[in-house]
Amino acid sequence: MANIISDETIEYVGILAKLELSAEEKERAKKDIGEMLDYIDKLNELDTSAVEPMSHVFPYHNVFREDVVVNGDGRDKSLANAPERKEDSFVVPRTIS
Amino acid sequence: MKQFETVIGLEVHVELATKTKIFCACSTEFGGEPNSHTCPVCTGMPGSLPVLNKQVVEYAIAVGLATNCKITQNCKFDRKNYFYPDNPQNYQISQLYLPICRDGGIEIETEEGGKKVIGIHEIHMEEDAGKLVHDEWGESSLVDFNRSGVPLIEIVSEPDMRSADEVIAYLEKLRLIIQYLGASDCKLQEGSMRADVNLSIREAGSEEFGTRTEMKNLNSFKAIRRAIEGEKERQIDLIEAGKEVIQETRRWDDAKESSYAMRSKEDAQDYRYFPEPDLVPVIISDEWLEEIRQRQPELRAEKLERYKKEFNIPEYDAGIITSNKKLADIFEETTAICNNPKKVSNWLMVETMRLLKEHDMEPEQITFAPENLAKLIQLTDARAINSTVAKEVFEKVFRDNIDPEKYVEENGLKTVSDDGALRSTIEKIVEENPQSVEDYKNGKKKAIGFLVGQTMKAMQGKADPGMVNQILTELLQ
Amino acid sequence: MSLMSLTAVELGKKIKAKEVSAVEAAQAALDAIEKKEATVNSFVTVDKEKALSRAREVQAGIESGIYTNPLAGVPVAIKDNMCTDGMLTTCSSKILGNFVPNYTSEAVLNLVKAGAVILGKTNMDEFAMGSTTETSAFGATKNPWNPEHVPGGSSGGSCAAVAAEECSYALGSDTGGSIRQPSSFCGVTGIKPTYGSVSRYGLIAYGSSLDQIGPVAKDVTDCATILEVIASYDKKDSTSVERKEYDFTSALQDDVKGLKIGIPKDYFGEGLDTEVKDAVLAAAKELEKKGAVVEEFDLSLVEYAIPAYYVIACAEASSNLARFDGVKYGYRTEDFNGLHNMYKKTRSEGFGTEVKRRIMLGSFVLSSGYYDAYYLKALRTKALIKQAFDKAFEKYDVILGPAAPTTAPRIGESLSDPIKMYLGDIYTISVNLAGLPGISLPCGLDAKGLPIGLQLIGNCFEEKKIIRAAYAFEQTREFVHSPLSE
Repeated sequence: MANIISDETIEYVGILAKLELSAEEKERAKKDIGEMLDYIDKLNELDTSAVEPMSHVFPYHNVFREDVVVNGDGRDKSLANAPERKEDSFVVPRTIS
Repeated sequence: MKQFETVIGLEVHVELATKTKIFCACSTEFGGEPNSHTCPVCTGMPGSLPVLNKQVVEYAIAVGLATNCKITQNCKFDRKNYFYPDNPQNYQISQLYLPICRDGGIEIETEEGGKKVIGIHEIHMEEDAGKLVHDEWGESSLVDFNRSGVPLIEIVSEPDMRSADEVIAYLEKLRLIIQYLGASDCKLQEGSMRADVNLSIREAGSEEFGTRTEMKNLNSFKAIRRAIEGEKERQIDLIEAGKEVIQETRRWDDAKESSYAMRSKEDAQDYRYFPEPDLVPVIISDEWLEEIRQRQPELRAEKLERYKKEFNIPEYDAGIITSNKKLADIFEETTAICNNPKKVSNWLMVETMRLLKEHDMEPEQITFAPENLAKLIQLTDARAINSTVAKEVFEKVFRDNIDPEKYVEENGLKTVSDDGALRSTIEKIVEENPQSVEDYKNGKKKAIGFLVGQTMKAMQGKADPGMVNQILTELLQ
Repeated sequence: MSLMSLTAVELGKKIKAKEVSAVEAAQAALDAIEKKEATVNSFVTVDKEKALSRAREVQAGIESGIYTNPLAGVPVAIKDNMCTDGMLTTCSSKILGNFVPNYTSEAVLNLVKAGAVILGKTNMDEFAMGSTTETSAFGATKNPWNPEHVPGGSSGGSCAAVAAEECSYALGSDTGGSIRQPSSFCGVTGIKPTYGSVSRYGLIAYGSSLDQIGPVAKDVTDCATILEVIASYDKKDSTSVERKEYDFTSALQDDVKGLKIGIPKDYFGEGLDTEVKDAVLAAAKELEKKGAVVEEFDLSLVEYAIPAYYVIACAEASSNLARFDGVKYGYRTEDFNGLHNMYKKTRSEGFGTEVKRRIMLGSFVLSSGYYDAYYLKALRTKALIKQAFDKAFEKYDVILGPAAPTTAPRIGESLSDPIKMYLGDIYTISVNLAGLPGISLPCGLDAKGLPIGLQLIGNCFEEKKIIRAAYAFEQTREFVHSPLSE
């Protein structure tokens, strides 16, 4: 395997993605990501130096909305699935100490 | 002792004055019950998709043009990925790779009276986050997404400022431009204008930049000034003690007049930007750009010139009135009604300024309608009230936005213009004050002032001083 | 014979002719579901009451002339990644296990307007990440042709439900082959439309730049009819395209004279099962017999599509799935210590292994220092792949090949080796990268009695050409019902 994924990398990606893996899962992830990256490295066979990255497959542009209020009071719908709710707000663990 | 130089750059967030949010048709109105201005898009519901508000692009271009930026005619949105509860999708739609405006700058006046250009690195469009309310004693925070998706532009300056004064001058200039464009009300207290200060210290004469910190949570010009002074001292102390400045984000606590680092091992500061696949690029044609250019409202410099030429307002006065969009608006609207620019200017320059100062208010907080000031001026022009009464009525207009005509009527403040009643009062006063009459006749012309005063007192102020003077002079002949 | 053995259009005709009521049709579907779910497990949610009351409403609407569409009153199953107002929408994930949206995806709304009767929501690979429908948090779906085999994925529930005749037709979604490959494995027909043709509003995103909703049904006529209903220009989806024409059924003609069909040699190399190869080439022969001009050509870049796809899809997914955090909806872990611990526990408990694997990979390829090497490289590769197709379509009207290299593998065989599983998408993935339309339809059975799928790929916005070719081929063979259809 050309791409060796370190524990630190898995830890770091876990922070980015907010995922906490068990020791077993970590080993598996190291192996899987390493193998995937080896496979992805196949792309380096292609000379893409003269190619613009294509984020959108069709050249459409300028899709706009006019600045007109359409939506009414959305609080009941927005809060309908909240795991924890206090009056009209979502509740989360305290964000500042 | 070493001489140090402070290097400051600003990231200014401005909430745009659109009616709806940047990517959905929810209202941007301030206040409102928590989460009442929300929908699937601005609460990050699964399957919802953003659609760009055209007005946001137009405001951003307008600000870019007014700050001498180059407009990126092919611009795109990117996703900035980070987890925080005020960010419902856990990514913010922003612009990294192709921001809408770049390479601009505005001129400020320095303390020494010179001029200096502060460069603008870029302006980009993005969405605001929701609001977190922290329970004082509890274990939790409450999330309100009413502000989530409110359109912002972030104006990133070059590190061209060297003092708090320059920072304030830059911010004031920027605010004035944006207010004149109508793109935002730019209220620091309400958060519709927010500035993050990037500050570093270097030895005077050095070409290289020191390590910078970013200061957040600055809600007033005063706080900005204090934070700059505080951070400057903190960094100099570190350097002088042989310690290193750490590149970090700090939060200013204005009450404590100190800052603390917002570090957390959970903050990787790796935003994994990539092009937003749910939005298509924005292509700004030359025609569209020209259209916006044509529509640009008159900015301060042009307005100032016009006030001098069209209304014959002195340079100094025109300068004061145009220094604030609200004052300029009141001036123009009032003048349009009463057609007396000189007087409107006087009311703004003297009484309005006095009352603002007295109540520690900003011109933006003025609530009276231009019609009411116009009516007041018309009342004085018609000599229906005298200047003392007018001042008293203006205070009412200023405070409660009352209708001066009604108020004067209801409170019987109208000048007594009935020649007969006034004349008999004056005759009585003349009779009662032979000494003054004597003095006047002996050439002490000032004595007439006393008699005018006595008359006004007897008339309970409701006489036109000019008329009193005229009748008195006549009687004393 | 069950009403469910009819095609959707046939059933719709009977309903219109008052031979059958919408309620009877719905009841027939619910009976079939009742009978077969234990074997096939194609549904996550079945809402009997709602389906029946809706059927009564639609029947009244048909009688009063409100509903005139050929699909009015016909029962449909919806893949569980499309939001349905008031009906559980889980993406087959624990993290959305209790999510009841209060809005409906645009494609489903279009069906509802045409008088569709929704039976429930179909099983899928969790968040559409997978090719077997084994990664569902609610158990694997089985292949109606042989329950020891997978139905394919990620729209395995939709395809299995159609093949098992638990519904008349279904909606699926296709990010890298998720309609075409399970259609192939289940012996049904599915279309992945040109990107932007069907609104993505309300479709829970996996890879936003690749996702498209499409029809799954017994035959080409059904698919064209369904596509005509669900395709629309939607102002709520900025990537929605206003097409010149939506009359897909006008292409249902048994006429391929002069149609130029290209067969990419690259699709017939290593890894392709011989039985699949033979069946697909035999299908090409049939079309040739009908007057199509068939020739081989080099498409090139085929082997680069999968790595490019996994970079792009996983990167987008890592961001799209960030919103599942236990704050606004869905699962939240029970015990936690502070905000970040709540995030991590919620997501680690809520997502399955494959989803976590893709989120990790996606986060990694976007992270500082790797963006250019991986993400931009993949976007550049995508541009090259698009160019290769553009070149091919200068010469050909339709590209013909297999939908998958093999027939349905046995349950449990695929997940242990992700890359091998990913390789199964080799013929479908590049179509998504290039935004093209593709159709998969049955073209035979292998020795094990499992269906083989033929894939036809068209240039963007040229669905009609592939519909015409598919329809013409379909006329050369009888539809084979799955063993579970009885």
